Amino acid sequence: MAIGYYPGCALHGSSNDYEQSVRACLKVLGAELKELDDWICCGATAAHSLNEKLSVALPARNLALAERDGLDELLAPCPMCSMELMKAAKEIAADNRLRDEMASIVELPVTGRTKILNLIQLLERFDLKPSKPLDGIIAACYYGCLLTRPAGIVNFDDPEAPSSMETIVARLGAKTVSWNYRTECCGAGKTLCDEDTVLELSHKILTDARRHGANCLVVACPMCHVNLDMKQAAAGRRYGVDHDLPVYYLSDLVGMAMGLAPEELGVDRHFVVRLHHG
Amino acid sequence: MARIGVFVCWCGENIARTVDVAQVAEQAARIPGVRCSLHYKYMCSDPGQAMVREKIAGERLTGVVVASCSPHMHLKTFRRAAAAAGLNPYLVELANIREQCSWVHHDRAAATAKALDIIRMTVEKCKRNHALEPIRVPVTRRALVIGGGVAGIQAALDIADAGYEVVLVEKEPSIGGKMAGLSETFPTLDCSQCILTPRMVEAGQHPRIKLHTYSEVESVDGFVGNFTVTIRNKARYVDIDKCTGCGECWNVCPWKKIPSEFDYGTGFRRAIYIPFPQAVPARPVIDKNHCVKLLKGACGLCAKKCPRDAIRFDDTDRIVEERVGAIVVATGYSLYSIGKEQADPKYRGYGEYGYGAFKDVIDGLQFERLVSASGPTAGELKRPSDGKTPKSVVFISCVGSRDNAKGISYCSKICCMYIAKHTMLYRHKVHDGEAHVFYMDIRAGGKSYDEFVRRAIEQDGAKYHRGRVSKIVEQDGKLIVRGADTLSGTPLTIEADMVVLATAMRPAPGIESLAQKLNIGYDEHGFLLESHPKLRPVETNTAGVFICGAAHGPKDIPESVAQASAAASKVAVLFANQELSREPEIAYINEQTCAACYACYRACPYHAIEKVQLKHKRAARVNPGLCMGCGTCVAVCPSKSADIEGFTEQQIYSMVEALA
Amino acid sequence: MDIAPNQVIRLIQNGQTDKALRSAAIWKCLSCFTCSSRCPQQVACAEVLDALRRLAAEKGVAAGGESRTLIFHNAFLHNIRRNGRLNEIELIGLFKTRATLADADLSFLFKDASLAPALRRKKKLHLAPGGVRDRELVRRIFQRCGA
Repeated sequence: MAIGYYPGCALHGSSNDYEQSVRACLKVLGAELKELDDWICCGATAAHSLNEKLSVALPARNLALAERDGLDELLAPCPMCSMELMKAAKEIAADNRLRDEMASIVELPVTGRTKILNLIQLLERFDLKPSKPLDGIIAACYYGCLLTRPAGIVNFDDPEAPSSMETIVARLGAKTVSWNYRTECCGAGKTLCDEDTVLELSHKILTDARRHGANCLVVACPMCHVNLDMKQAAAGRRYGVDHDLPVYYLSDLVGMAMGLAPEELGVDRHFVVRLHHG
Repeated sequence: MARIGVFVCWCGENIARTVDVAQVAEQAARIPGVRCSLHYKYMCSDPGQAMVREKIAGERLTGVVVASCSPHMHLKTFRRAAAAAGLNPYLVELANIREQCSWVHHDRAAATAKALDIIRMTVEKCKRNHALEPIRVPVTRRALVIGGGVAGIQAALDIADAGYEVVLVEKEPSIGGKMAGLSETFPTLDCSQCILTPRMVEAGQHPRIKLHTYSEVESVDGFVGNFTVTIRNKARYVDIDKCTGCGECWNVCPWKKIPSEFDYGTGFRRAIYIPFPQAVPARPVIDKNHCVKLLKGACGLCAKKCPRDAIRFDDTDRIVEERVGAIVVATGYSLYSIGKEQADPKYRGYGEYGYGAFKDVIDGLQFERLVSASGPTAGELKRPSDGKTPKSVVFISCVGSRDNAKGISYCSKICCMYIAKHTMLYRHKVHDGEAHVFYMDIRAGGKSYDEFVRRAIEQDGAKYHRGRVSKIVEQDGKLIVRGADTLSGTPLTIEADMVVLATAMRPAPGIESLAQKLNIGYDEHGFLLESHPKLRPVETNTAGVFICGAAHGPKDIPESVAQASAAASKVAVLFANQELSREPEIAYINEQTCAACYACYRACPYHAIEKVQLKHKRAARVNPGLCMGCGTCVAVCPSKSADIEGFTEQQIYSMVEALA
Repeated sequence: MDIAPNQVIRLIQNGQTDKALRSAAIWKCLSCFTCSSRCPQQVACAEVLDALRRLAAEKGVAAGGESRTLIFHNAFLHNIRRNGRLNEIELIGLFKTRATLADADLSFLFKDASLAPALRRKKKLHLAPGGVRDRELVRRIFQRCGA
């Protein structure tokens, strides 16, 4: 199967280990990714915090490109991007005046009909039959904020008690734990400008995951990964704890269960690396 | 030959200020068919009425038009006056020249002209009135009460004590309802069962009350004074006449771990069981979904043990018919189920509170059972998870209620009071325990209610925090409750051993299909609709069907009891006469011209049209006991066979023509 | 947060929007949307705070103490306007410089510099990342949005 692909800035930037993971994993599942041609940034937090029109226009340009290139669906592995794209699509589809205004701003017609998928939604479409079940992995599935919220926009899983990641992880032969911080924010895009908050929140998440018996975290968001993996050492230093908890992308686990080596998925490029479990 | 009398009222200044009454009366005299036309300051007064009576006799009037206020005010007054003078009351019309003329216009000349027009139209209508007699409907002076909780019991006792037979239907194996499961009740802290069980026994033994327990209403036919109700007596598998309630059977039943419905899952019962020791009737029932004998043909120990041979494994449901003249609906409430799944998708659940995931997060009724002396822990408060005594309990109000995001907009009324009560019961049992309440507002409007809440805070040491709880998580056997105190503007986290959620009161399940069987209305939440929220709180728009208690809306025990007695008094009014008298301004169908297309039958909102077989054809016929005179059938009838007495099509045309 | 989100909303209800605009709370907010998710009155709290951020930035009254966040967002948008996609090294450079100058805190400039070699080794730092071809279009989009 082929699907449109919107990487977003993070996956082409310092979270390119996520892109490596997604590409390797989907390749082994037999999916072809068609990267959106000449895509631009979705605007992230900066746009919606400072300029409402821009926060619709930037995603709208990408939606217009998808429509122009005949891509009915777009995989957006970063939940910030997927949420902003879904939001713009919804608003444009519901308001003709906005649709026309956006079309003139982004210099392409746009209707908002493109369906945006997050990584979990795409992986759910496959009948996963692991060749190397992941016994030894006891995963704390971490959803963060934007996979399930705002519910009215993303309309995915249950915002208070989601289970979509656990379902997939269990299919791969791994164990999952029940824990308390599955949907609590990790500090989002404040990594650079409010590190104290990020460290405090990440520390709580890592501590709770460990307390409930997990030996790793699983995420489907590059910002969460940065805050929990790249910043894990700093959080540890701040609070005097060595968390030593590897943070996998969901595509890492799927890929490894399908027989790929961790290095093929970019797992060796994480900051907290454990290549073998159990 | 029409001889109409016109009587124009000044209504003090109300009409006369804007309408030239004298001129109108003078001009009305010239309307063809008008025999006399007078005016007077206050037509509704005794001299005014006397005037009307005199003229009816003196001028041999065939009809009377009183030009005055709205018929809602004084139509009955003038009809009575006419009847006293020997004129059929249905030959009296009111022309509304106050609410529809003098009160809404300023231009005197135009208003005067309009008043004359209104009178002219009404005269034309009046000429075509028929003399009518009120409709007499026989009344079966027996009542049906659906629901055997405190409201149903009160209504049944009142009606029975008034001398009428009552059929009381209850779907659980025993009457008593929710109140039978409560521990102590506010504001007196009376033991709930102690005050209820005498009433239950009285209802069970009353010579005029016939109990159908473990039964449900299957269908309702008929109309006020003449209902035919079929009731399903569900199979108990126990012959309650032979059984003495000795308990040998349930003591020997090996299936002990079935979650008890009466204990809301906090305790267990057997497959053959009595819901609680004070049950009325004190007879067990076999749960056919768990009894191994019924499911697989094995066991049967209870039958072997029974000294009276009262177990009947071959029992079946029985359908019984009862004829009654009035129905009282008292089906009570249930609590909002706060897990993720809701039966009705328009309500969302509260996943963030962990109900169902964390054993020690319970709802108000479960707490009642845990502190009740006759409960599964004999009144000792124990955590469901490990049986330990909780040293810190958090009570959360407004879970579901007043939450537009979750679909429930209303306030459940009783929770503020029972939370205060819960804190008091808890502190009385666990002297070193901490009781915390998270509230939005405190609603304590009844007699001694606010004082009760203050007592909980000031004497029993309950700590009240104004704010909501955002999330509950479990950690090391404790429940971490994250909330806010908005009065100080700070977040507040409490480590609790147990959390009690005050969940919204909802109507009992199945209420909508019961309401449809009874042809009564219900609102978007399922609560039954009263005729008028202020003036007719226990009547419905279906004659003969009354409502009371929590089925009507969230309310506490004093209000349920008061409403139950109110409903009973309405029934007593209905039964005061051997016959019912109904207004005759209802629809009738010309059976000669009726084509039996039955458009009226389908359109009638009161199911008042019957299909009848005449000698050579079929036709539609209006049931005079049910018809409310709405006119829908008249509007849909393609052959113009349907019409309404007092508002015939001819009358309406003539009124329009009078204007032209 | 100097004031709680519900207090921010209350200030607006009371006609004291200016006080809300000057709060640090609106910049501390992470846009995690939990507030909007839970509100029983379905007040779109996170979205209201977004609007306050926009207004505060427009009026130039963004709170001291949290101004780093505003500096970051401005640097981010500047970067996108130029490149169409994020150029991380450029962003970090611009942000750190501006923030250091604003706070007169030289240590901020060098904080996290120790991560740079690791990022380089892991091939996560791109000195010349591939970019958008039609950058002029991006500039036009920004211009049309008044950004």
